[in-house]
Amino acid sequence: MVRTLLVRGLLLGLLAGLIAGGFAFTFGEPQVDSAIALEAAHEAPGHDHAEEELVSRPGQKAGLFLATGLYGLAVGGVFALVYAGLRGRVGPRSEGALALTVAGTAFVAVILVPFVKYPASPPAVGDPETINSRTVLYLVMILVGLAATVIAVATARRVTAGPWARWVAAVVAFLVPVIAAWTLLPTVNEVPEGFSATLLWQFRLASLGTQLVFWTAFGVLFGWVSDRAAHRAAARATVASPS
Amino acid sequence: MSGLSAPSVISFPRLRLWLLAVPVLLLIAYLVLMDNGAISQTGAYLHELMHDGRHLLGVPCH
Ligand SMILES: [Zn+2]
Repeated sequence: MVRTLLVRGLLLGLLAGLIAGGFAFTFGEPQVDSAIALEAAHEAPGHDHAEEELVSRPGQKAGLFLATGLYGLAVGGVFALVYAGLRGRVGPRSEGALALTVAGTAFVAVILVPFVKYPASPPAVGDPETINSRTVLYLVMILVGLAATVIAVATARRVTAGPWARWVAAVVAFLVPVIAAWTLLPTVNEVPEGFSATLLWQFRLASLGTQLVFWTAFGVLFGWVSDRAAHRAAARATVASPS
Repeated sequence: MSGLSAPSVISFPRLRLWLLAVPVLLLIAYLVLMDNGAISQTGAYLHELMHDGRHLLGVPCH
């Protein structure tokens, strides 16, 4: 059972990753190209940038699909194991609804929460010197999102006053630690003077869109395949023992 | 739901062995999203190859 779920998560994650790669290629690559062109224009004349390039631009555009595909594979596998642990214990009882709920929650907790505090930036924005501290802060924000989710679910399960009260309690329990972290963690402000605000905004939309496409595609695919498998198992059980 | 019973709960002991896959999966995610060549030992090659993906997936980079 767990093996089936894990294989399902890996394969559908890879597929959703490639779909997200298609979105990123269409809507994000133009912004990446523009940002790199802006950077090149600002560089001192005579400075030869080509010799430092390990992978050509076309190579990097192909690498985009490798990156989103591998990302999908890894995330899909972890998702499947979390899903296996939650199934029948927490959340909706139907497979499809549970898959969509977990995927939606993961998008909010692991993508949206860090994005609001530390939004994505195109190449040429961001100081290479601070990459380690920025990465640590980003990971801390992911942990805050995950912890807030656990707190929200635990809080909601204690509330017995009906669905409305439960939802309000869950949202409040989620937002309190998240807003505290947004307020207290240091701000990163490394956009170069004069960098196009429109370009930055469009890149950030494309980046968030890439993650939204991934999580939507993955949640729908995983839920759909799981529901189908459950129906087939139920049909087999009916055939095996006609009552 | 027609003939569909609630999904069976998978016991934690049965799940535990499979959790060994998590570090491997996280390592893959790390190599795609975070690595600067320190672990992968390819210099910056992997980093550069997946650079566009890294930026568009929203993780911090240069
Ligand atoms: Zn980089």
